[in-house]
Amino acid sequence: MNEITEQVTEFLTLALRRPVAPDDDYFALGLADSLFALELVTFVEERYAVTVEVEDLDLDSFRTAARIARFVRAKQGHPAGLGAGDDASA
Amino acid sequence: MTRPPEAVPEPVRAARDLAARWLLPAAAWDRSEGLPRDVAGDLARAGLLAPDVPAEYGGAGTGQQELGEVCATLGGVCGAVRGLVTVQGMVAAGLRRWGTAGQRRTWLPRLASGELVAAFAATEQDAGSALAHVATSVEEDGDELVVSGRKRWVTCGQFADLVLVLGRAPGGLAAVLVETGRPGVSREAVTGQLGMRAARIAHLEFDAVRVPRDHLVAPVGLGLSHVAATVLDHGRHTVAWGCVGMAEAALHDAVTHAGTRFQGGTPLSAHQSVRAVLARSAVAATGARELCRRAARARTHEPGRALHETVLAKYAAADAAAAVTRDAVQILGSAGCAPDSRAGRLFRDAKVMEIIEGAQHVAETHIADRLFRDHGVPAPRPDGATA
Ligand SMILES: Cc1cc2nc3c(=O)[nH]c(=O)nc-3n(C[C@H](O)[C@H](O)[C@H](O)COP(=O)(O)OP(=O)(O)OC[C@H]3O[C@@H](n4cnc5c(N)ncnc54)[C@H](O)[C@@H]3O)c2cc1C
Repeated sequence: MNEITEQVTEFLTLALRRPVAPDDDYFALGLADSLFALELVTFVEERYAVTVEVEDLDLDSFRTAARIARFVRAKQGHPAGLGAGDDASA
Repeated sequence: MTRPPEAVPEPVRAARDLAARWLLPAAAWDRSEGLPRDVAGDLARAGLLAPDVPAEYGGAGTGQQELGEVCATLGGVCGAVRGLVTVQGMVAAGLRRWGTAGQRRTWLPRLASGELVAAFAATEQDAGSALAHVATSVEEDGDELVVSGRKRWVTCGQFADLVLVLGRAPGGLAAVLVETGRPGVSREAVTGQLGMRAARIAHLEFDAVRVPRDHLVAPVGLGLSHVAATVLDHGRHTVAWGCVGMAEAALHDAVTHAGTRFQGGTPLSAHQSVRAVLARSAVAATGARELCRRAARARTHEPGRALHETVLAKYAAADAAAAVTRDAVQILGSAGCAPDSRAGRLFRDAKVMEIIEGAQHVAETHIADRLFRDHGVPAPRPDGATA
């Protein structure tokens, strides 16, 4: 598991109060309450110093820890999409 | 209550001016047809309609704490005015967070300037607390979306120009902007309700209303989890501060009355039981204010905690508003029951605050969930054991 996936999995496990595997779809499993989707966006933005724009949102990119990690890496790979904190995940 | 003297920020000063002007009309609005539409223009000219919209979109770029103080100031005078500021801010917040660059450019300046008054239509007959069950349909037809359904209890629905509607598309829940001037939109005014009587509430019907596809806010599937969630979070914050203003205003009226009303040669303020009630009210109002400040701080500096702190603040503030206004009416006696009593009006409005923007019982569920999480308690498994 790469580092970002590991960190996101840890956050999810704490937030959802149960072990979450990198490929678990916690929305489909019904584990998320009505505030959770937004909280997750905020976590990703704060932790990785990226801005999640509406264009980044589709049903799938935030469904599993592994996909979130892929999303973060893609965001960080495109300097245009980055704020000041390029190295926040280091 | 005295607070340390501070320089009064411009938006708060502007809100005080308008609040002073609207103190008397507020009682009349409550008794008759409700807020005049002009109030939106007055607020916009003072920079108080969706004041937190950033300057690049024509807003005042007001910070969270000041936005809160504005809502407390207006809320102490008229819940409906605060309600108007709340719903305008809610729709603007949803667009700001999840609108495309084009949608932000198109709509935000018009909301900040008051050219458009916005409303948020989520509630339906069978979907109140459980908004995932909305039945209003959103269907694609070429370049257009077709919206059909009935929405209930839309604050400012009687005069809103633009409504953010939560509906159901084939791919999931969707948030769609609908101008009320479009064919197929009809409104039924709600009158005589318990509280928020001046808030120009309406039930809205959408009968195959066609809007361009670019009126969809965020992709289908994210209408509730992202758009409505952002909108409601913003609403909880401004409602919470409004409740602080209600509690403080009711307490002011109760203290003033207790100090000046004599019965049998004794001022009410001499009774131990009256003093105890006032003391409890002061503690409740002060506590609510501090939790709201804490929420405003989290919203500014600690986004990861902002949603939760806002739920907590709104819960405490609605509770304080309901309790303090109830006790204020008690101390005011018949004066609190009179048709033009501010405390009486705030008492009716405060009950509503315990129901909207997440009913108290629903907030308790969130707060308790967070508690278990912060204490590392695993979630129970369906079989009753812990994970
Ligand atoms: C004055 C006013 C203005 C409003 N403005 C708007 C508006 O602008 N836009 C809009 O969309 N809606 C608006 N509403 C509607 C409002 O949001 C709903 O009334 C609210 O969400 C509660 O839904 P409900 O009335 O269907 O009650 P229900 O969902 O039926 O709930 C009734 C009660 O049951 C309990 N309850 C419900 N669910 C749970 C749960 N999960 N756990 C524990 N207890 C629960 C609570 O005590 C709750 O108060 C407004 C309502 C009022 C009265």
